[in-house]
Amino acid sequence: MFNLNKKDLSLLIIVAVLTLFAPFILNPFPAGSAMAQFNAGYPDLMQRFVIFGIFAIGFNILFGLTGYLSFGHAAFLGVGSYAAVWMFKLLSMNVIPAILLAVIVSGLFSLLIGFVSLRRSGIYFSILTLAFAQMMFALAYSVLTPITGGETGLQLALNDPRILGVSQTAEGNIPVPGLFGLEMRDSADLVIGGWVFTFNVGYYFCALVLLASFYLAIRIFRSPFGMMLRAVKSNQQRMNYTGLNTRPYTLAAFVISGMYAGLAGGLMASMDPLAGAERMQWTASGEVVLMTILGGAGTLIGPVLGAGFIKYFENIFSKINDNVLHSWFSFLPDGLEDAVVFIIHPFIGKGWHLTLGILFMLVVIFLPGGLVEGGQRIRSWLKNRKTKDNGSASHETNPAE
Amino acid sequence: MSKLDVSRRGLLRTGAVAGAGLALPTIFTAQSAHAFTNEPTGGTVTLGFNVPQTGPYADEGADELRAYELAVEHLNGGGDGGMMNTFSSKALQGNGILGKKVQYVTGDTQTKSDAARASAKSMIEKDGAIMITGGSSSGVAVAVQALCQEAGVIFMAGLTHSNDTTGKDKRANGFRHFFNSYMSGAALAPVLANAYGKDRKAYHLTADYNWGYTTEEAVKSSTEAMGWDTVAAVKTPLTQTDFSSYIAPVLQSGADTLVLNHYGGNMVNSLTNAVQFGLRDKQVNGKDFQIVVPLYSRLMAKGAGANVKGIFGSTNWHWTLQDEGSKAFVRSFGTKYGFPPSQAAHTTYVQTLLYADAVERAGSFAPCAVAEALEDYEFDGLGNGKTLYRGADHQCFKDVLVVKGKENPTSEFDLLEIVEVTPVEQVTYAPDHPQFSGGALGTCNNGA
Repeated sequence: MFNLNKKDLSLLIIVAVLTLFAPFILNPFPAGSAMAQFNAGYPDLMQRFVIFGIFAIGFNILFGLTGYLSFGHAAFLGVGSYAAVWMFKLLSMNVIPAILLAVIVSGLFSLLIGFVSLRRSGIYFSILTLAFAQMMFALAYSVLTPITGGETGLQLALNDPRILGVSQTAEGNIPVPGLFGLEMRDSADLVIGGWVFTFNVGYYFCALVLLASFYLAIRIFRSPFGMMLRAVKSNQQRMNYTGLNTRPYTLAAFVISGMYAGLAGGLMASMDPLAGAERMQWTASGEVVLMTILGGAGTLIGPVLGAGFIKYFENIFSKINDNVLHSWFSFLPDGLEDAVVFIIHPFIGKGWHLTLGILFMLVVIFLPGGLVEGGQRIRSWLKNRKTKDNGSASHETNPAE
Repeated sequence: MSKLDVSRRGLLRTGAVAGAGLALPTIFTAQSAHAFTNEPTGGTVTLGFNVPQTGPYADEGADELRAYELAVEHLNGGGDGGMMNTFSSKALQGNGILGKKVQYVTGDTQTKSDAARASAKSMIEKDGAIMITGGSSSGVAVAVQALCQEAGVIFMAGLTHSNDTTGKDKRANGFRHFFNSYMSGAALAPVLANAYGKDRKAYHLTADYNWGYTTEEAVKSSTEAMGWDTVAAVKTPLTQTDFSSYIAPVLQSGADTLVLNHYGGNMVNSLTNAVQFGLRDKQVNGKDFQIVVPLYSRLMAKGAGANVKGIFGSTNWHWTLQDEGSKAFVRSFGTKYGFPPSQAAHTTYVQTLLYADAVERAGSFAPCAVAEALEDYEFDGLGNGKTLYRGADHQCFKDVLVVKGKENPTSEFDLLEIVEVTPVEQVTYAPDHPQFSGGALGTCNNGA
């Protein structure tokens, strides 16, 4: 089906099931319980999971396949968001034209930046992309304030000249982004016992886009074009010596991944119609590198897992405070409770960077292939145990000839 | 003739499916089932404290969080009650808000609009926060304010000084207690004219972002109205840490006063550079060279050390104020944390009390009812004297403090001395003042 082999098809189905049932999977704890702190099944975070998943998938097409480490990908995400918000301001609150423009504009920017940066490889390429991204950040933050809104970010206003649509709703508010009347922020709650599951229109829209981009990524990975990109990664010099010009291939990969970033940016603006310059800062570019490496560079599902992992820590761990800790450990005797809270304190709240950093180091040291390698190891360990359990009789069936 | 074959099992199955189908709409509650977003139904109410815990303003954020915790303690009847005892409104009983115990959730804005909105959204969507407050930069305040408008909750701004927050980016669901750039300019200009004379040539160094622009504009127009000249206004990148290349041209320009429209680390660095260049020992046009810092905070003064001595600036509140409200606040904050509160702590504490009080007076948590209770509300006893929450732009109008770096500080907290308390009449402006034009409040939003 879909021109995929069996393994890729099952991967696509797994991703589809995970994304479509995310509201259940991410809310394992009843709403009122103390563990509800760890629930991630609320619309905003679920949207972020898939949007950054798309961003990381696109980044992986460049980094995972060609080995070119771009340190400026957030710039395309930012450009995409600005384009989308301008579309909301000027044309209509429908998300489709906004996302289309976001993809096109970021594609153009990545063509330009890629054309210049790809003249160099290795660390020089990284530095060039970083320089471009920082330049764009600085422009957006101050010089281009009339276009980008500067520090405050680009926002919708009550007097936007929207050509197709109204500039204010009947109640005098700014209209919200939607898809042919379906508002992105609409949600429905499903209450089962103590559990509350939230189904959000915007999330499912993003999830469908994620599935489409994931499918596209699989096709790219398995295509001759993808093979060529892998060849670039393993030995570009040898390819050049055989008389093959690799530049068009790397540039195409760069533009595709830039457009993925623009798509993510456009989606982000569609979920929350604001575009800020911080989105383009080097820390944001570094974040997507971390996501890809953490999940497993060069694998299909790795970047999506990495994106989810990092966003989870950023949003869930940063919200745990001492007060919450005290309520968790209140069953302990007073002195011990304070001691436990004191020990955990540096790792939660403002310390979420620290926790994430430690985990990142552990993954890089012990699982160089990222979370995907962790999953593979667990699977092979389970398989070994299984064959050991029922297979002591069949153990001697593999003599060499 | 058609044959209708009804088996017992088939009937049961059809019945069960039909029943489930009928029941489905009732278990799917659309979120519009409530009268307004996050209507508190149990015995508690949740407030969202969204402050920078990492990044350049983490110090301010930490102090804001302390103040919030103190405010929650006082609202729930703990501690000594702080400013609740001196507050002119007596609606708050110390039994929570409308009898519901106050709980809170915290988040990290990272001083980034995106992160701040993500954090605020999780408070609204996941934790059911009915009000969001905090922030230590205008960009974040404006971004979160717009979000709260969209989601239908009240936003009580923390430390945000840009005119835009209650100017071109004002929103019906957002309220600001802190003063703004215009007020700084209006309060500073007469004091500067008194101290330094009316024919001065000013040179502005301005942080290159929205707050810098509005502050530069405000100070420029107020001082020019006093007779000063503005020689030049130069933008400096926000990320600049060494300002020597910007300071050197100041002397050649013939200016005799340097205005530093910088905040936080920027101000600490630029002021230090300026003093190191010996600007303050120079004589230009037969006058002593002077430096002015429009927005001061104690935390910045601490960073700049001895360089702030004798330098004028403005501030929203200072812990050495001797009115009953300030004394009560400093006492309870000091008892709990062991040092005096900053102006960021003061404004966030006051905002929390004001919100709680407005809910009590309105008798409802509905954002529109609360907004109505806050609009054009006049109060006293919260440290700034008589204060008006103007309905036209949701900005508080109160006296503004003009301060100066203390020559002989007695402790690490005693760095600023109050030069003048500028009366509120002098800093009041019309809601459609050019520096604030271009925005509209819109209508308040109760949300789903």
